[in-house]
Amino acid sequence: MTPRMPVTDAVAVVHRSRGDGDVVISSMGNAREWMALGPLHARDLVLVPSAMGHATSIGLGLALAQPDRRVFAMSGDGSLLMNLGTLVTISAHAPKNLVVLVFDNGVYEVTGAQPTPGTPAGRVNGDAVDFVAIARACGIQSVFYWESLDAWERGFSDVLDATGPTVVILAVEPVTGRPGPKSPGPAKARADALLAALDSE
Amino acid sequence: MFSGAEIAQLLTGLGITHVVTVPDSTIGQWDAALSSASGLQVIRVCREGEAWGVAGGLFFGGKRPLVLIQCTGLFESGDALRNIVHDWKLPILSMIGYRSYLNQSTLPGDTSLVFTEPILDAWKIPYKLITEPSQLALVREHYQSCIGNGTPGCALIAEGKA
Repeated sequence: MTPRMPVTDAVAVVHRSRGDGDVVISSMGNAREWMALGPLHARDLVLVPSAMGHATSIGLGLALAQPDRRVFAMSGDGSLLMNLGTLVTISAHAPKNLVVLVFDNGVYEVTGAQPTPGTPAGRVNGDAVDFVAIARACGIQSVFYWESLDAWERGFSDVLDATGPTVVILAVEPVTGRPGPKSPGPAKARADALLAALDSE
Repeated sequence: MFSGAEIAQLLTGLGITHVVTVPDSTIGQWDAALSSASGLQVIRVCREGEAWGVAGGLFFGGKRPLVLIQCTGLFESGDALRNIVHDWKLPILSMIGYRSYLNQSTLPGDTSLVFTEPILDAWKIPYKLITEPSQLALVREHYQSCIGNGTPGCALIAEGKA
């Protein structure tokens, strides 16, 4: 199996590098890691509870609504597979300010690390789905893939410099034995706070 | 039932900024008018569940979107609707084509007629069933009420006749 970076460290690269005006949408396992890294930012959307796979759709809408603000939409590979058409929709509308980050661990982590149908362990032929090729074939022009943390840290500035929409595939280690993300508070109150934070500039 | 121009005028008059849509053979006929309407952007998505997430993101960003889909797309998009409208309490408006309501000759016994309204009730979406062209004002009033009250709302547009 290809070496994978620790998901906590991979998420931390975004956490310490995001701009103050940026919106970061986290979901599923990456939301758990995001919340563990410190207090939430006013323009964080921790998508817990979620409809699995729709962080990218919400990110698209936000990016179209506020084109001067960078939007990071963090997804897992299982989530992306649940809403794969989102890549076509994103490329169709082509918001330059949207960055989709896919933390590819090959499993449905929060339910106990069962393999997805996209990973060798979940496929009768033992082959793997190529998310980079999928993203490109869906019309995404700026696509990045990293397996090592060092490369991802070095490449982050390339992501910011790329013409979006941008898709970044990060090969991360699955985390086992930890619970899924817990909601940081009532969703309605958090929605109202985010609306205010996005209306304030 | 309605022309594209009538729907475009209705939506722009209500301050709708984006129509997030998957077409069917009725609502798809409005595409040209919606696409050319000043102040309105058409966001085409691949599957109806996406529409609620995209609309939610637009709403977070200060826009006023409307989801335009067929009732079959409503069936497909339940979890996304639940999350956006009920978990996050975003008052997303929708216009849903009611397949076969006025004419079942193409699809006799269409089960869309069995499930559409109970599903809207189950998802707690306040809706008005629109069966006549004269009811365009009712659509406007319903949306105005929903906007004013900050609630979701749906116009269920009967399909099957020109």
